[in-house]
Amino acid sequence: MSDNSLRLVWVYPDLLSTYGDQGNALVVERRARQRGLDVQRLDVRSDQPIPTSGDIYLIGGGEDRPQRLAAERLLRDGGLNRAVSNGAIVFSVCAGYQILGHEFINDQDKQQQGLGLLDVVSTRGEAERCVGDVLADIDPQLNLPPLTGFENHQGVTHLGPTARPFAKVRFGNGNGVGDGFEGAWQETVFGTYMHGPVMARNPHIADLLLKLALDVNALPPADDRWYEALRQERIAAATATS
Amino acid sequence: MAGNTEPLSPRAKLAVTAGRAAAAVSRAAGRGSGSVIGGRVALKLDPDLLARLARHLDVVLVSATNGKTTTTRLIAEALRAGGPVVSNALGANMPAGITSALAGGSDAKFGVIEVDEKYLAGVARDVTPKAIALLNLSRDQLDRAAETRMLAEHWREGLSGSKALIIANADDPLIVWAASSSANVVWVAAGQEWKDDAWSCPSCGGVMQRPDDDWFCGECGFRRPTPSWALSGDYVLDPHGSAWPIKLQLPGRANKANATTSAAVAAAFGVPPQVALERMYSVQAVAGRYDVVSYMERELRLLLAKNPAGWLETFSLIDPPPTPVIMSVNARGADGTDTSWLWDVDYTRLAGHPLFVLGDRKLDLAVRLEVAGLDFEVCDNLDQAVQMAPPGRIEVIANYTAFQDLRRHVGN
Repeated sequence: MSDNSLRLVWVYPDLLSTYGDQGNALVVERRARQRGLDVQRLDVRSDQPIPTSGDIYLIGGGEDRPQRLAAERLLRDGGLNRAVSNGAIVFSVCAGYQILGHEFINDQDKQQQGLGLLDVVSTRGEAERCVGDVLADIDPQLNLPPLTGFENHQGVTHLGPTARPFAKVRFGNGNGVGDGFEGAWQETVFGTYMHGPVMARNPHIADLLLKLALDVNALPPADDRWYEALRQERIAAATATS
Repeated sequence: MAGNTEPLSPRAKLAVTAGRAAAAVSRAAGRGSGSVIGGRVALKLDPDLLARLARHLDVVLVSATNGKTTTTRLIAEALRAGGPVVSNALGANMPAGITSALAGGSDAKFGVIEVDEKYLAGVARDVTPKAIALLNLSRDQLDRAAETRMLAEHWREGLSGSKALIIANADDPLIVWAASSSANVVWVAAGQEWKDDAWSCPSCGGVMQRPDDDWFCGECGFRRPTPSWALSGDYVLDPHGSAWPIKLQLPGRANKANATTSAAVAAAFGVPPQVALERMYSVQAVAGRYDVVSYMERELRLLLAKNPAGWLETFSLIDPPPTPVIMSVNARGADGTDTSWLWDVDYTRLAGHPLFVLGDRKLDLAVRLEVAGLDFEVCDNLDQAVQMAPPGRIEVIANYTAFQDLRRHVGN
């Protein structure tokens, strides 16, 4: 946090914003403002440099070719890695999550280097594409209520020893390895396969990022009525379909 | 039998008859118009039936993410100036539905056919159309559709050998990419408000530059072609520079764009723009879309919006505040089961309208509107929403199955 304004960076909306990913930026921004914070939101296109002074960086999902282009440009730019070494918080979804790992399989069926910000490696799943509602329990260390989301991915993500699973699924697939884990996190970097968008269904995750950015343990309460109603409905739906 | 020089073979005739019988059974069983099941039975008996039925027709195919049903209807009205038309006017736009529609028009001169995006290349191969109209491509049904750019690529490959005249929107980079493999293209400046599926160059992946209405890739030089037809305000500009007034009962900029493309298609079939545009005025509602119905002693205008680009165009045509707006969203199979797309729609455009939310996924929409900072009421059903709405005509916007539910509910 610099001069009392939260700098929220949305990375490459021109490439990685296919699944309503703007929603995550909108929810974080809304919940910050409801707590009286000034928010400076920076949408950074893939022909612009990534600023290194952001507090929270969000990266969304995208299709296979844009994912390859995004990884190439982020690696060349280097700004996101510098921001993380300055202590910035990064939250990534689906294609963005894979990019933050060591490598993933690109649209040309080749292994492509990621940013190495998460100790994970992604491959392409042999099984059917994972599509549908998910219910999972988030890592107890993070002290958050259950995770609800919508997954839609062919990729499978394997965790290395440094990354912790973000959640353990009750219904759905998550990382797709078969161990029941969903997403990954280490220090201030998070990744998940959950769309929805994930913050709209789990506003507590937005609050977690704000708490980390502000370095506080609690935030003033916000009106969670509609989020809670949606959560109950989707949790019931995930339970019923599985 | 105008134009029907080659009679159908006994097998094709049998297939058409069997298809009609199946359609009649389907109708009697209360399962809709029966056009799809009829076509399926007929195609099974004679797989070449579609090609054979189209052989005696001058065919135009129409495909797009949005506006294909309406444009098909506008073109059909325009071409009736030149002779009888057969068309899949009810929007049954896959091969079975198309076959069924054509089987019902043995004395037609023109075939005006809406085609689902995924089937365009195949249908274009089967029916050897004289023209193909391509309007726009954008994200739709993300849980099961192919990538939007992949679809453009698929069109590009499928159409590269086609002898058809391609009539294509110069303002949509994905459409230009799809069409520009063809030798014979008429470019139409029809506009495209939604831009978020074409920020990266479909050719090389470079970042697209989009100053005002122009667009180009700074890296490979792929750029907007010079259009010969254009929508300009309320006028169609033809290739000779003449301006023809657009008079439609259908509302909105998107329908003016559809009329512009339709005028260009009509010209290719020998119908002059003035005649074509005058005939388009008769189109009032298309499969219930834009229909104004009386319900509970109120006027409701029914508007279909299936995806972010469709919602964006719809917001630009609704009456200004304080007109009440009812929105209904479902996420069944035909809608796509992922509701994330709601977050690609800029609902702040609805500020000042009293808002009422319903449908299977009303809570997703409620959170979306809350985050947009809007006031709204969540309702159990349409009747409750209509009761709560302040006076005046009500705009009702719904996605695909929600729209069908509403039409049934109001008896439309």
